[in-house]
Amino acid sequence: MSKTREIAVTVNGSVHRAAVEPRLLLADFLRHRLGLTGTHVGCEHGVCGACTVLIDGDSARSCLMFAVQADGRSVETVENLGRIGQMNALQQAFHAHHALQCGFCTPGMLMTATDLLRKYPLATDEEIRVGLSGNLCRCTGYEHIVRAIRTVVAGQAGDGK
Amino acid sequence: MKPPAFDYILAESLDMAAAALAEAGDEAKIIAGGQSLVPMLNFRLLRPSVLIDINRIANLAFIEEAGPAIRIGALTRHFQLETSPLVARHLPVLSCAMTHVAHLAIRNRGTIGGSLSHADPAAELPMLALLLDAELSVTSASRTRTIAARDFFIGAMTVALAADEIVTEIRLPKPPQQTGWGFEEVARRHGDFALAAAAATVTVSDGAIREARIALTGVGPTAMRASAAEALLLGEALGTSLTSRVIDAVRDRVQPETDLHASSDYRRHLAGVLAGRAVSAAWRRANTAAA
Repeated sequence: MSKTREIAVTVNGSVHRAAVEPRLLLADFLRHRLGLTGTHVGCEHGVCGACTVLIDGDSARSCLMFAVQADGRSVETVENLGRIGQMNALQQAFHAHHALQCGFCTPGMLMTATDLLRKYPLATDEEIRVGLSGNLCRCTGYEHIVRAIRTVVAGQAGDGK
Repeated sequence: MKPPAFDYILAESLDMAAAALAEAGDEAKIIAGGQSLVPMLNFRLLRPSVLIDINRIANLAFIEEAGPAIRIGALTRHFQLETSPLVARHLPVLSCAMTHVAHLAIRNRGTIGGSLSHADPAAELPMLALLLDAELSVTSASRTRTIAARDFFIGAMTVALAADEIVTEIRLPKPPQQTGWGFEEVARRHGDFALAAAAATVTVSDGAIREARIALTGVGPTAMRASAAEALLLGEALGTSLTSRVIDAVRDRVQPETDLHASSDYRRHLAGVLAGRAVSAAWRRANTAAA
């Protein structure tokens, strides 16, 4: 075991201090140390996208980053998007369009879509599908996920954003 | 699927990173974006004793105009390249290529220096570095030098960096006026590594091609230029029969591997088709620019 490091990471607005081994993946830190099990771990090599979180606002695979690298950074996980009864617009759209079946990919889909909605116009379904190409879903066939995101894009346009 | 234990050095400066690398030598790995390195660690394909993290070094991520070239800091993230107005204006082929590099979450982290140093045989950036005649600045504790892209890629995941060297900057000459470009890629899924990809630039004057570049990736141990195919284009106007000869020359140039994803024959076929399309697009754009 290598020497542990002291880190202070802001997760969903709260600062968490911990001593971590350098090899501890951010995904495992979030799940095992902080109990934030909304972040799912699928492939552990950056292919499935289930562990996607936001680091200082930008989406990133938490299985391809070490917790020690998040020292001083702000991490946002799916737990921060909303709560039961108080879901955000994206979560409500997923709910309304039945954009999940087993739910395993959903946290990664939501965090990816959050970043996509900020960075790309997503004017076409093709653009939405390209944006989601790094997130695997084995249940839905993606159609309902695309539909949910399309609704949010339309809603933003309606808000004049 | 958990990485082996390693010591971690957070480099605060390039000097500190170079000194740490000099001390640890072959045992150390530099971590930049980590988007290729961490999967290899998770699979335990690599067992470095030390990881030297360069992510917090100031002034290593930038895109700047410098006279006849664009300078790009090694720590520049793929997403920054993809969305840079400077890159879009002077190197649109690079802007286009970046949209094919993995997925947003990976482009947010992955870096140009990391991708070139890793030199995956099917990655886009090594092909673009060759296409655009990039020069790489590298540094170590004892010296700084410049390596031309054509001398940099030696083999699959093997580059001309010594164990103590770090890529610090990439310089891309701006293409001449009346240069058009093309980029074509086929992958199983958008953002996956290319089964084959081709990029081309064509510079025209008085209706004839004065300079032509064709680069390929996914069809050999490294990205490569197709020099014989390029030579066919010089002094010519592009037409159907010339395009066919270029395609044949590209296919003669490559000896792709067969793997799970595609056969050697299919990759060779694709290389020709994609190079033909890229050259045609470049020709079209060059003539539009000239008009």
